This record gives sequence, structure tokens and C-alpha cells, in this order.
Amino acid sequence: MAAPPALATSGPLPQEPRGTGAPAARKARTPVALIAASAAVAALLALPLLFLLIEARGAGTSTVTRLVFRGLTRELLWNTVRLTIVVTFLCAVIGTAAAWCVERTQLPGRRIWAVLVVVPLAIPDFVVSFGWASLWNWVQGFQGAVVVMTLAVYPLVYLPVAASLRAADPGQEEVARSLGTGRLRTFFRITLRQARGAILGGCLLVALVLLAEYGAFEILGYQTFTTEIFTEFSVSFSLATACALSLVLVVLSLIVLAGEGLLRGKGRVSRSGALAARRLPPHRLGRATIPVLAGFALLTLLALGVPVGASIYWIFAGGAHSLDGISLPGATWQTALYGGGAGLIDTVLALPVALLAVRYPGWARNFLERSTYLVLAMPGVVIAFALSYFTERYADSFLYQSTPMLILCYAIMFFPLALVGVKASLARAPASLDEVARSLGQGRLAVLLRVTLRLAGPGLAAAFCLVFLSVVTELTATLILIPTGVQTLATQFWVYEQNVSYGQAAPFALVMIAVAAVPSYVLGRFFDRSAHAQR
Amino acid sequence: MVSRTTSSGPPRGGRKRYWLPAAAVVALACGLLAGCGGGAAGSSDKSITLYSGQHPQTTQALVNAFEKKTGIDVNIRPNDEDTLADQIMTEGSHSPADVFFTENTPPLEHLQELGLLSPVAPATLAHTPAKYNSPQGDWVGVSARVSVLIYNPALIPASQLPTRVLQLAEPKYHGKLAIAPQETDFQPIVTSVLHADGKTAALSWLKSIKANAAGHIYPDNETIASQVNSGRAAFGIINQYYWYRLRAEIGAGKIHSNIAHFAPHDPGYVINVSGAAVLKSSKNQAAAQKFLAFLVSKQGQEIIANPAKSISFEYPIASGVTTMAPEMPLAQLRPYPITFGELGDGTTAIALMREAGLL
Repeated sequence: MAAPPALATSGPLPQEPRGTGAPAARKARTPVALIAASAAVAALLALPLLFLLIEARGAGTSTVTRLVFRGLTRELLWNTVRLTIVVTFLCAVIGTAAAWCVERTQLPGRRIWAVLVVVPLAIPDFVVSFGWASLWNWVQGFQGAVVVMTLAVYPLVYLPVAASLRAADPGQEEVARSLGTGRLRTFFRITLRQARGAILGGCLLVALVLLAEYGAFEILGYQTFTTEIFTEFSVSFSLATACALSLVLVVLSLIVLAGEGLLRGKGRVSRSGALAARRLPPHRLGRATIPVLAGFALLTLLALGVPVGASIYWIFAGGAHSLDGISLPGATWQTALYGGGAGLIDTVLALPVALLAVRYPGWARNFLERSTYLVLAMPGVVIAFALSYFTERYADSFLYQSTPMLILCYAIMFFPLALVGVKASLARAPASLDEVARSLGQGRLAVLLRVTLRLAGPGLAAAFCLVFLSVVTELTATLILIPTGVQTLATQFWVYEQNVSYGQAAPFALVMIAVAAVPSYVLGRFFDRSAHAQR
Repeated sequence: MVSRTTSSGPPRGGRKRYWLPAAAVVALACGLLAGCGGGAAGSSDKSITLYSGQHPQTTQALVNAFEKKTGIDVNIRPNDEDTLADQIMTEGSHSPADVFFTENTPPLEHLQELGLLSPVAPATLAHTPAKYNSPQGDWVGVSARVSVLIYNPALIPASQLPTRVLQLAEPKYHGKLAIAPQETDFQPIVTSVLHADGKTAALSWLKSIKANAAGHIYPDNETIASQVNSGRAAFGIINQYYWYRLRAEIGAGKIHSNIAHFAPHDPGYVINVSGAAVLKSSKNQAAAQKFLAFLVSKQGQEIIANPAKSISFEYPIASGVTTMAPEMPLAQLRPYPITFGELGDGTTAIALMREAGLL
């Protein structure tokens, strides 16, 4: 952005005390601190990619080309692509429909549904797959992967869409309806369009998460690039070749990102002010109540009932092996600590990047923001090894396998989840309000705290919860970076599951689900409260 | 900054609601860090870190007895053994690992080739028959398993099972065979076939078994065991102890499968050894060597021998201890004659499996 004319013409200005300068001169300038903070975040998130490039170079061009262009690659590519497309589409439909019903209709028991619909995100995919695969034979391969993954990740669409429907300006719907537009048309032309950014953001997350998924596909016997990368890690002792293959994932996620960018277009949705988010009288469902309720019941049964049921079954059916020294409360506490830590860090780190992208767009800044999405499609092992590599080389293994290092690893892995939540809500907080506040003599920081963040509140909470829920189920990076001797719910579940001690593994799965229900519930209540406050 | 003190705003959104939890998390993190740092820094041979790819219950039983006997604390770090090997390589001279305990020899052989292991004390090596130790002396054999067929008699009668591993390639087994090519237990069989019949034969054999196992290519031996037992696959290759473990977990009443050995000295008849080594980078060499010595001592071996203690079902191989599990004694096994040096780190087998499209 060019220097404002006032500055350009009057030469170097004497340093003015903060807060008293002319607002007009500062308005157009992007704060340097914001750019610096965003660049620092982007640099941190680029570490895994840098690691991949360094390692892949070590593998040599001939090895890399041989690996990437062998016969298996075509099969893996086809498997990965078709699964990503089908599951992303299904998640978009289910997530958006569920969000609309919960947020905009008189759905009976909507507070409970609001929690139940989110919880499946926190059930480890390997638990979901295990539950399904132990019930029905057909849950295998492609169809199995579609069912299991859709049910496991649709909340990634639901959460941002629900947040955005909460915050959207209902005035536009009212206007449309008063002009005689039908309900359906209003839904498609106004409501969906308002939520479009959130839907696309959710889909982007789903697609990237699918690219990096491993545990579920391993159980379902479905081969993708990521399962192949894990094979490479585990059979060949060759980090270099595994990293070379991971670069293919990076290319795939670039394609996904570009696709999302194209679909998003330049549409910008804003609303007239914070108070515009008053709640519309919810739509009456009328005769549709029973079918809609049945749909929610079915979704909950499939996404929640199957894994929970399988876990309970195993508690009673499993044998009586025992491992000592493992405490369920201890593992629960560790899990909550890591999830909470990473959630907080990511929410804070996402702010500058989101602010920059939303308030001061420009291609370089957008590029910077988009680049941070790449980590989501990288397998956790890659990110953990990257941190291990850099601390060994450049930091004398300082803090290696410590709590801060592990939390940092989670923060890197799940940063894009936080970014989507924060960005979606910042996009709805009109910049003009900030400007008004600034013109009234408020400092930048004060505006950020009192105006911007308050408007972005629900998005921040959603960001925190998304990261928290993802950390609860993370396994592969955890095993590499967790302090020795410490267990999370996921690692302990894994230990038992590896041991075929399903009876002992099951309680850990159930506690994981219970732990995840807490933020989901808080999130639901939080939305409710802010809605009432705005009424 | 006039605004910080205003606290009458609505509760939503304000950053301050995060300060308290943030402070709590930071404080806790520092506390934990201090705790861990203290533990790791005390390198006075009072505690060691064990990177373990062995089954957790077995490891736990052995570690408990060792701690009780010596007063040395053992911090166990479980993970897939190949990932642990990758990790040790990445960690280099800073590796926190003192001892590496694996289910199979290839990761140990690989680290040995890279010069990352310390020689094992000769007295420790002497407890285990030389054929089960590293020829170079950098790792010691702790326990053993043997590759077998698991089959479901309702789907394939014992009389129709192959007795030679090459027969797995016959078209009549199409749709019946289950394999887990990613498992470290599978590579030694491929290396044996390669050793016995040469590269061309091994490659076409791999291609045929890939076709025969279509739809039944599983990630691990546990899955093969449970799938065959539940009738979703007719038979598969596993190591014998997975069947015993499955039986212990689900109860003999739910076992609908059985195991069968290959013909004596067939390349499919392979003994896999679980071993342990001390890392060259370890700052607790003495304590680490003590742990290795314990693993192959009579006390350690008796824990492995007793499934009630270790749920291991592996064969003890050192100090003259024999298994208490109801299975064919180790001395009666007739494996294919191949040394661990010849088994190596499995890279040739992996290259071949990749060529056949199995990996």
C-alpha cells in the first residue's frame, strides 16, 4: 500500500505521541506490527515445508522421481482424490444443513443437538473406524472410508457455518422475504450466500484433513498418499523418501487451496453493525419437525452411537489383561492441558494473520495467509520430525520432548483450524466500527481489545474449540514429541489397542469423547448467551 | 491505552477471559518442564530412557522387575520401532534414548550399520546363543517368534493349506490369503525367499501373492489374526504369538482358528528375534548395559517365558529358560537356515516389495 499523500507531501514528520496523531493519516496504513507478527507466524508454519525440502533434496532426484512416478502412485492419487471430493461434498451438505437447523429453526432440544453434533470431531478416527469395521463387513475400502470420514469430520463445516449464521445480518433475509421472495429462494440466495465463506472454509479444512488422515484408513485398508508415507517411514528407515512423497501432498493441498480461492471469488459480506446480529424469530419447522428430528437422531446414532457403542461393548467383551502405572485422570489432565495450550496459542497467533488478510488485503498478504494452510495436509509425523530436526541442528535439542515443544507442535499442526474460525468472524466485524473507535481517540490496541475482538468473540471460541478437539485425538506426532513417561488419552488408547487389549482401551476412548463434549457444550452455551445479549 | 480497566462489557469476545487460563497453562507448562528437565539431567545412572517397540505389557513387566532389583528408574517411550529408529537418527548425538528395545532385528541392524550403537558387554552376549545375537556384537537377542499360518478351518481345511511358502502364489488361494506386507515380521520372509530362490522368482512370487491377497492386505498381524478368526479371510501369515495373544484376549471359546507350521527348513519358516541395544550417545552407559544384562538374565527370561506375567507368548532364548506357553518348544522348530547378518535391515526386500507394488 502506498504512503498516504499527507505523509508524502509534508516530508518527515516529528515523532508524535501515540494516540494524538491525525487519524486520517494513519487510517490507510497497514500497521507494521501486524505485518511483522503475521510474517513471524507464517515463518513458523513454513518450518515443516522447509524440512521436507531439505530432506527430499537429500534423497536425490532419481530416487524421488522413481518413487513419485511408480505404478502405485496413480492408484494412490485416484484413491486420494475421489475420497476427498466425495467426503468434502457430503460434509458440506450435512454440516450446513445441521448448522441451519440448529441456528435458525425452532428445532426442539437445539441446545443438546448443538453439542451432540460437534462431539464426533473428538472421537479419534481410528476409534470410529474400529467401531464400524467391527460391526459390518462392508465398511472397508472406499465406501467404508467415505462413511467413516464423513461422520468424523463434518463438524469442521458445521462449526464455522453455525458461527457465521449466528453473526450474519438477518436484515437481508427480512428484506428478501418482505419483497416476496420464497423461503427456499431466500435460503439459497441470501442465507447460503452469507455463509458461503464459512462453508468454503470448512470444506477447505475437510479436504486438507483428509489428505493427512492416516489412522482410519489403516484400519479400513484404504490406501492413500498418507498411508503410503507412513509405510515409508515405518519400513524403510528413510526419512528422505518419506519426505519426498510428502511433497506430493503439498502439491495436492496447493491445488485444493487454489480451488477454494477460485470458488470464494471476491464476494465480501459485511453487515451494518454489531447490533444488526439480533436474532431473527426462528423458522417454524411445522410438519418438518419429525423428519428433521429423525435426521438429527440418525446422524447422532451413526456418528456418536456406533463408536460409543463399540467402546462399551469392548469394555464388557474384552479380556482382563492389565498394565499398571497408567492413570485415567492423569492422562485426561495431560490431554486437556495440551489441548488448552495449543488452542490458546493458535487463537492468539491466528489473530494477526486473520486481521491482515481481512482488513488489509493484497496479493502478498493473501499469499502469506494461504501459505499457513499447507501444514494441515502434512502428516503429524512430518511436523514432529521437522521440529526434532531443527532443534537438534540449531538449538542443541533445547526443550526437545518437553511440554512446550509438544504444544508448539500441536499449534503448528492445527493453526489453520483456528485461522478459519477467527477469519470468518473478523470478516463480519465491519472495519468502519474500528475506524469510528479510532477517530474517537482510542489507541490501536484498545480498538482491537474493545471492538474487534468483541465482535469476533464467537469465532475465537470456535477456533479454540476446533484446535482443542483436534489435539485430543492426535497420536502420531504426540508419540514422537511427548515428554517420556507422560501419557495422553490417545497414546494410552493406542498402547492398549496395539496390544489387542480392547477392553482396556475402550474406557480411554469414552473419556476422550467426554472430554470433547466439554468444549462443545461451552461453545453451544456461549453462542446462546451472546445471541440473547444481542436480542 | 485507556480501555483495559473497563470490565463492564458483555462477557463475549473480550480477550481478558483468556488471560487466566493462559497464565495457568503457562505456569503449568513451566512446572512440567522443570520436572522433566530435572529428571533428564540427573544422569548419575539413576534413571535411563528406553525407546521400546516391544509390546507394552511385556516391556512393562520386565521394567518393573528391573526397577525393583536395581533401583534404576526406566522411562519407557513406546512407539512403532521403525519410527523410533528414524527418530534416533534424527536426534543424532542429542538422542535422549539410552536403550533401544525392538521386536525385530532390522532396525537394530540399521542403527548398527550407521555406527549409532555401543558394543554389548560380552558377559551379556554370552547369555544368549550366538546365532540369536548380532554377529557384530552391537545388539543382544532377547526373545524369539516363528512365522506360521493362521487359518479358519470353516473356510479352508488344514489338508488344503500350503506347506511351502512358494505355494502361496498358487491360483487356488486367490481370495483366501491374508498378508500384512507393512509389518516388520513380513520382510524377513521375503528376504528368505530371495535368499533361497533368487530375485526373479521372489519378484514373481510377490506379484502372485499380491493378487491372491487382494482385499485381504492388512496393516498388521493383529488384524490378520482377528480377520481370519472371525471368518473374513481364510488364512494368513503371522508370527505364532499373535494367535496366542488373541486367544488370551477374547477367550478360547471365541477362537475359530488354528495355526500351522510350514514344512521344515522352508524359506517361509523364519525365526524373528526381538533384541536390545545401548545407544552410543547414551550418557548412562553403565545403567543401560545393566538393563540389557537383566533382559537376558534368568529372571528376565522367566518373565518372558510366563504368559501370565508378560502376556508375551514369545520364546525366551537366553539363560537356558524355556517357554511355559503350551506351544511347540523352540528346540523342536526347524526354521530356514539364514543368519541375521543375511536378514540385514531388510532394504533389499523392501525394494523388491515396492517393485511388486506391495508397498
